[in-house]
Amino acid sequence: MEEFGIGYDLVISEIPEGVRVLDLGCGDGTLLTLLQEKKGVRGFGVEISEEGVSLCVEKGIYCYQADIDEGLSDYRDNSFDYVILNQTIQNTKRPDYVIREVLRIGKKAIISFPNFGYYRTRAFLMFRGTMPVNDLLPYQWYDSPNIHLLTIKDMTEMTSEFSFKILSEKHFSVTRGGKSKVINHIPNLLAQYGLFVIESIDN
Amino acid sequence: MKKKENETENITPWIVKTGYFTFCEPPEFMTLINGRKLGPVTLAYETYGTLNETKSNAILILHALSGSAHAAGYHSANDKNPGWWDSYIGPGKAFDTDKYFIICSNVIGGCSGSTGPASLNPETGEPYALTFPMVTVADMVNAQKRLIDHLGIKKLLSVAGGSMGGMQALQWTISYPDMVESCIAIATSASLSAQGIALNEVGRQAIFNDPRWNNGNYSGSSFPKAGLSLARMIGHITYLSEQHMHEKFGRKFQDSTNPKGDMNPEFMVESYLKHQGVKFVERFDANSYIYITRAIDHFDLRADYGGSLTAAFENVSANYLVISFTTDWLYPSSNSKEIVRALRVNGKNINYTDIDTDNGHDAFLLPNELMEKNIRNFLRSELRKSGI
Repeated sequence: MEEFGIGYDLVISEIPEGVRVLDLGCGDGTLLTLLQEKKGVRGFGVEISEEGVSLCVEKGIYCYQADIDEGLSDYRDNSFDYVILNQTIQNTKRPDYVIREVLRIGKKAIISFPNFGYYRTRAFLMFRGTMPVNDLLPYQWYDSPNIHLLTIKDMTEMTSEFSFKILSEKHFSVTRGGKSKVINHIPNLLAQYGLFVIESIDN
Repeated sequence: MKKKENETENITPWIVKTGYFTFCEPPEFMTLINGRKLGPVTLAYETYGTLNETKSNAILILHALSGSAHAAGYHSANDKNPGWWDSYIGPGKAFDTDKYFIICSNVIGGCSGSTGPASLNPETGEPYALTFPMVTVADMVNAQKRLIDHLGIKKLLSVAGGSMGGMQALQWTISYPDMVESCIAIATSASLSAQGIALNEVGRQAIFNDPRWNNGNYSGSSFPKAGLSLARMIGHITYLSEQHMHEKFGRKFQDSTNPKGDMNPEFMVESYLKHQGVKFVERFDANSYIYITRAIDHFDLRADYGGSLTAAFENVSANYLVISFTTDWLYPSSNSKEIVRALRVNGKNINYTDIDTDNGHDAFLLPNELMEKNIRNFLRSELRKSGI
């Protein structure tokens, strides 16, 4: 699913050296491995699948099997410098709960997700009248793990309700070579993915 | 993994020997957690593989209720059964004896070569029986620490075990945080559930109610065979899941020619339990069964730290691999998740996986590809990271 590592390069560029990072939905641990190699972070992962945890153990990444919809409340406030939700938030049952917890346990959070406002996704729905199925959202509506889809604009409109401020925005599209290309011009229409660095206003 | 086992069966069996280490000879003694004194103390142990020059590749394996120091290999060429964790320990296996120096120690209170209630009390020349002091999991660990010191090992690459062995492994990381690099705790708990205590108590009552138990004073051929074998039968029910039992035995009869009208048609599952009971009394002491199940019941890391499991793990420095099994109802996954929770709240390094299997609590003893792979990979990266 993440063989080309959507947005990895941007996430890595956002993370400073030597910080404590929690990657929620860390998959096979590739992003954490890269962060350890390139930024010397102290990384931890949470992954829902047994297979993902085993692949993390193979890479020497500390990761525990849990459903992030359930298991974040025990962490103390500001336990991590960064909490990463990379292509994960749209899979959660309770994104509201997850985002509030992420803002509480992390000093900063990086949230990246497929942008449902991307023009080709909009056009798919507009002209075909069915739920979009494309490279970004490669599932039928009935077997999709993406159960809470959102747009870049949705995220910017959540700031007061969820008491966070946006520290930076690096919305992007993925090029043929798998690299991320930041889209600064009308990103809600032109970027395939949204990427926000946010922090709680209470911090 | 099964294939490998068959392969090794065709070649010369791997012969291992049990060693014995005796310490606290008079006038010295070991002070137990409850303040009582015990000495001399003998621990039976086995080692596999070679300790490297820097003594940085040692792993201590800890056994469960009915285990022994004999974790791998065979005691003789005619030996029918290998050690209890032979699927995981050996050349090329998860605990790879080509890479690691593996130690498995019997527990005090046990009956497989270590000092326990069946040992002779040097003061009376008679078996201790019920005069043997109550021991705890922490006492078992304190005794093993002497063995590790005796072997000249300053720091263990890992401590590993399932069930009560997992309790010892966790206790090791808390009692001797500077001596353990990592910990593998499988199908275990920071404290046994009320249901688990209840089932242990039924097992003990089976022994108490056997007239041959005689308040723990028995000898020779007159010992509480019936009680101990019933305790073991109850134990075996708790080790299997409903699904596993169904798959393994279903409603099949042991002897299919036996008509249903017979007074005692024996179901395969009955025959299995009886067989387990009979086999067990040949090798296990009834008083040891009482002492060790009591030690398991009393183990409670939360109570040890003022009711907080988080406090129990505050000062540990080991990295952990915790494994549970989806159908284990004796040490359910929720027990492992509590350990994981306490560790991660403390910011400790932890891997945790809940392995999907039908094998119940028994799963930790049975070949399992995922468990094998996780142990192997965890040890490899811990060895790489270790600053020993």
